[in-house]
Parts: sequence; C-alpha cells; structure tokens
Amino acid sequence: MIRKTLNLFLAIGAAATVGIGAAAASGGGTAPLKHEHWSFAGPFGTYDKEAMQRGYQVYETICSNCHGVSLLAFRNLGEKGGPFHLDACPAGIPETVDCSIANNNPIVKAIAANYKFKVTDGPDDTGGMFDRAPIPSDRIPSPYANEQQARAANGGARPPDLSLIIKARHHGPDYVYSLLTGFEEAPPNFNLAPTQHYNPYFPGDMSQLLKEEFRTPEGHPIEGIEIPHGGVLAMAPPLADGVVDYADESVPETVEQYSHDVVQFLAWASEPKMEARKKLGFMTIAYLLVLTGILYWSYREIWSKVEH
Amino acid sequence: MSHESTYKPGTAIERWLDKRLPIIRLGYDSFVDFPTPKNLNYWWTFGGILAVCLVIQILTGVILAMHYTPNSALAFNSVEHIMRDVNYGWLMRYVHANGASMFFLAVYIHMFRGLFYGSYKEPREMLWILGVVIFLLMMATAFMGYVLPWGQMSYWGATVITNILGAIPVLGESIRTLLWGGPSVDNPTLNRFFSLHYLLPFAIAGVVVLHVWALHIPGNNNPAGIPVKDVKKDTVPFHPYYTVKDGFAIAAFLVLFSLFVFYGPNTLGHPDNYIEANPLSTPAHIVPEWYFLPFYAILRAITFNIGPITSKLGGVIAMFGAIAVLFVLPWLDTSKVRSMRYRPTAQLWFYLFVIDCLALGYLGSQPAEGKFVMMAQIATAYYFLFFLVILPLLGLFEKPKPQPRSIAESVLKPHQSDAGIAVQPAE
Repeated sequence: MIRKTLNLFLAIGAAATVGIGAAAASGGGTAPLKHEHWSFAGPFGTYDKEAMQRGYQVYETICSNCHGVSLLAFRNLGEKGGPFHLDACPAGIPETVDCSIANNNPIVKAIAANYKFKVTDGPDDTGGMFDRAPIPSDRIPSPYANEQQARAANGGARPPDLSLIIKARHHGPDYVYSLLTGFEEAPPNFNLAPTQHYNPYFPGDMSQLLKEEFRTPEGHPIEGIEIPHGGVLAMAPPLADGVVDYADESVPETVEQYSHDVVQFLAWASEPKMEARKKLGFMTIAYLLVLTGILYWSYREIWSKVEH
Repeated sequence: MSHESTYKPGTAIERWLDKRLPIIRLGYDSFVDFPTPKNLNYWWTFGGILAVCLVIQILTGVILAMHYTPNSALAFNSVEHIMRDVNYGWLMRYVHANGASMFFLAVYIHMFRGLFYGSYKEPREMLWILGVVIFLLMMATAFMGYVLPWGQMSYWGATVITNILGAIPVLGESIRTLLWGGPSVDNPTLNRFFSLHYLLPFAIAGVVVLHVWALHIPGNNNPAGIPVKDVKKDTVPFHPYYTVKDGFAIAAFLVLFSLFVFYGPNTLGHPDNYIEANPLSTPAHIVPEWYFLPFYAILRAITFNIGPITSKLGGVIAMFGAIAVLFVLPWLDTSKVRSMRYRPTAQLWFYLFVIDCLALGYLGSQPAEGKFVMMAQIATAYYFLFFLVILPLLGLFEKPKPQPRSIAESVLKPHQSDAGIAVQPAE
C-alpha cells in the first residue's frame, strides 16, 4: 500500500513537472538578467584576485551569517589561484617557511583562527567533544548545524550552500549579481508576508500573491493588472551601501560593487581549478593542432601515390 | 575481408609464438595488411574515433572510480572532492562527462553513415545488429553514469525513467523494484547503478570485438556500395593508408573534444546537477542529456490511449520500438543498391530523416505542451514511416542510377562516367 501510494506520488510528481514549468511561464517569468563584464569569462579569462579578496570579505561579513560554503576549506583560500595565495612570505617570517603552501599562509591562518564559528573536534582523551578555533585544513564551518536548524532560523526556508551556486544556476554570475542588486519594493496589489521579499530575478509566480480584490471569481487577474516578473524569496535584501568596510579607499562601497566582488569570490569557489584548466587547455589544443597538421601532411604524402 | 595471411614471422620469438598463439598474425592480418577499399571517405573514420572514445571513457572511468563513493549521502561530495582535491581530478571528470557526449556524437554520425551507404545490407547484417547492441549498451551505461553524481537531474532523471519501465505489463513493477532495490530511487539504486556502470563498458568492449570481427569477414563497405572485385586495384592495405587517415581524423576530433573539456566543460550539462539530489524538491524541468532527447520526445509523443494500451505504455513501446526497428532494418530495406549515392529518391527521404531526428532532439528539450506535442507526434510518425513504409516501398518503386562497375572505376573516372557520381569522388 505504501509502495503503491509512493509510486503514485512519484508519477504525479513527474507529470506535475511539466505543469509547474507551464505555470511559471504563464506568470511573469523572471526579468532579463543584468549583464556584467566578468574577468573570468572567455577562453583567457582569469579571476580578479583583489575582487575575490573583497568578495571573501563580503561573504564573511554578510553572507556567512546564513549561508555556508561547506565544500571550501580555509586552505583553499591560500592555494594557487585562490584569493589569498602568496608566492613568498611577507617580512618577519623565517626563510625556512614556504608560504606558497596554503597551510603556512599567514593570512589564511589568521582568517581561520579568527573565524566567527568554531569547529567541533574530538573525542579528546576523556571521550568528550570540544569546540576549537579552525585551522587552515578545516572546512569553513557553516552557520547551522543541520537543515532543521537552518530552516527554523529562517522562517522555514533553508539558505542554500553557496559552494557551487554559480554553477548551479543558469548564467550563474549574472543571475547572482542580478538577484543581489535586484531587490525592489513589491508592486502594489500583491499580498506579501513579512518574511517574503520581492525580487524580479527570482523564479516564482507572483500571480499566486495577487490580492483577492484584483482577481476574477475564477482567480485570474482582472483587466489591467500586470503580473510582474520574478517572485518572492525568504532572504531580505542582504546588502546595503556601506555595510562592508573596504580597506582600499578607492573601491566604492556600494551594493553593486559588493555584489560584483562576491560573485568573483563565489565563481572561484564553484570552479577553483578554472585558471589551471584554461591554461592546460591552451597547451593541449596547441599540441593537438600541430599533431593534426602533421598527420594531415603525412596522410597527403602517403596517399599521393594512390589514385583515389 | 577474409584474405590469405601474408604475415611472415621475422624473429625466432615470433616464429615460436606463431605456432602456439598466432596473435601477432591476427593483429597483422586485421590491422596492417587488411585490404581496405581505397575510396573510403571521412565518414568512415568514425569507427576509429569511437574506439578511441571507448578507451578514453574506460581509462578516465577507472581512475574516477578510485575516488568516487557510491553512497547517497556521500556521492555528491565525493564528486566535488574529485573536482577540488584529487590531482587533475577535474580533468578526469570533465573528460569523462564530456567524453560521453563525444561518444554519442560520434556514434550517431557512424550510424547515419551506415544508413546512407547501406552498410547494414547483406552480407553485413550481423555487423549492423552488433552495432545496435553496442548502441543499446551505451545508452544503458550513459544513463546509469549520469545518476552517479547524485545531483538533482541525476535523481529525478532516474526517477522518471525507472518509473517509465514500470508501465511494462506484468513484468514492469518487478523490473522497477529490481532497479530501485527498494520503494524508490535511493541508496540501493545508486549502488547497483555504480556496479553496472562499471560492468557494462567491458561488455561493450566485448561486443566491439565481435563488431570488428564481423567487419573483417565481409570487409568494409564503401561509398560506392559495390563489393571489391580486384584486391589489387580496389583496395589498399589498412596500414599505413587508413591508420594515417584515421589518425588524422582522431586528432581533429580530439581538438573538438578538448574545446568542450577545457573551455565549456558544463555547456552540455545541466546546472541543476550541481545541486545535490533532494527527493522532496522536483526541478522545474526534468530533461535528459542531449543524446537521449530524440527518444525522450518519442516517449512523450504518445499522449493518447490505443485500446488497452495506455498512453504511458504506448510511449514506452514507441521509445523501445524506435531502437528495435533498427535491428530489423536489414530486412526492411528492399533495395538491392547499397549506397544511396545511386538512389536519388532515397537520398531525399534520408536527409528528411536526419532533419527529423534533429527535430525530435529539439522537441525532447521542450516542455510537452501546446504545439510541441503535435510536432513531436508528426516527427515520431515520420521516424517510423521512414523505416516501416518508405524504405520497404522505395526499393520496389524507385529507379536507381547506374552503379560503377568497380571501386577502381568509381575512383578513377568520375568525370567520364555517368555512373551517378553526383557526390564528389570519394577521398
């Protein structure tokens, strides 16, 4: 019986998939994304290291209060291509230390040691677990111990882990940038709960939230009511001008700049090996093109004596 | 083609071995001195390309399996572990994931080539049938492989497809339960899919051996579609003539492969598969990988019941029928002329069939609603009409162009003879 019910449920789920897609399409859809210029786009694109560092700062100050980056360890921040990688140690560290190794990187060590969340370690000699400050080899601790705690703290919605967010959305960099900079007053005529925040870039269906008096008896919007783009999400606008204090005075402290920087950081978090990949790709393809050329020449040469 | 062995063991060791296990002789006769029609064009290079694809998939797959954990709680993160912490793990995974797409791209070209040049016709029926078996095994392997990263598309794709099998009368429920290993897609499913995903490529390799064996009995078909008459005039030894030509094509193919791996590794994937599987949250659109889209469109095109056959079962029958029909293709095509080069009418239907398959692929990617349903039904109808009606009737009614008398003639006098060399002389 249970199995039957479950099968039925799954079948309905599969069938409903198409229906959900249709509903989203017939509503307002989402607004066309803002197109930012990303340094990491294109075959030779690389991450902007300073923007990544500021982006990490935005993440640590703001995002990390609700979102984890559970796939990242502190050491990743100091690895080649990471935001805080060092080729050589700063003055004052003995010459025998190699700071290009992330575990020795003084910036990474400081970030880990001062991180706002502790890690649970143990068991100790008496069998008890204990909290301690993180070290570079630890994964960056997430704000919540588990999904239930995350939901309880956020009105039932779980803040997604951000480790892969840029790869887990269509046009990830533009999407996250648009979402972060795109919060708006909800259009009038719509009923939003205090925990709901309107964003034209967030996939949803605003027609569900249209106030009763603007609907026909069948539930459709009355004449002249436009269903706006986007939907509502549980996250309140997380950024505001000036909330993060940048060390570099020349960089504006605006929502746009913060969003741009945090996307740089998250893009790296999603694909930390991108620069190595593109570099190796260039060598590989150059090699293959030469090989292809030589083989083509050999082919012409060998076949030149055959009528074909 | 079967031919007199010309292998002469050069050393004492070779002579010793040749009396006991003539394996060098086998290799020499099959891949060095094998008489191969001299008019093969570039469409014939995809066999070699496919062999390379299989080797790449097995090598990268074996390495990935060293680092992957087939457990529903750990699988997703173990893939990310490969991407982040394993030395060149990102390379192995991207080559393997894109390798599947490259494999299918090559196999589809290979199959269309066989279709155009009548490579399935007597005496190559077994060769073709073994090829369809390989194609089926590839589909099963790719489907199960896509489940392993345990992302949202992995999970929901597996759920949709295994549920479809449940529509098979009498056995369906049992098959589905056997695949699931429980009441739904879960850890047991992942475990058996991993096991089978590791097993099937070796089964493919085995059938590939049979496929090559079946190729070496009658020898290669060729663009003119006429048999070899005079080995001296019509053929060249496989090595170096075709090793170098295939080598060139393989290297060029690897350039395309590399462009995907290094500069668009996720272009052919779906962003939802970077979200860990969640049985409680259904993605807005569940779409299979691109190479399954034509069959997915056929599956969804049957939206009506036919007597006792529900639309769901009808879809399953149509989808499997789309592959099953390939098995009997050698007996459906009644034309005595192999190459469509000399069948101008058949050519038109063939090109329409290619367009039809591409259209089915597009329709499979679109939601099954509105005009797309009708379009998919028309495209599905043509798919079956092509095999079941058009090919059988064409052979009876069309008037083929005259064929050249020999391969040598088709190659040497393209400008003099009317022998239907409408296409450029073969490379």
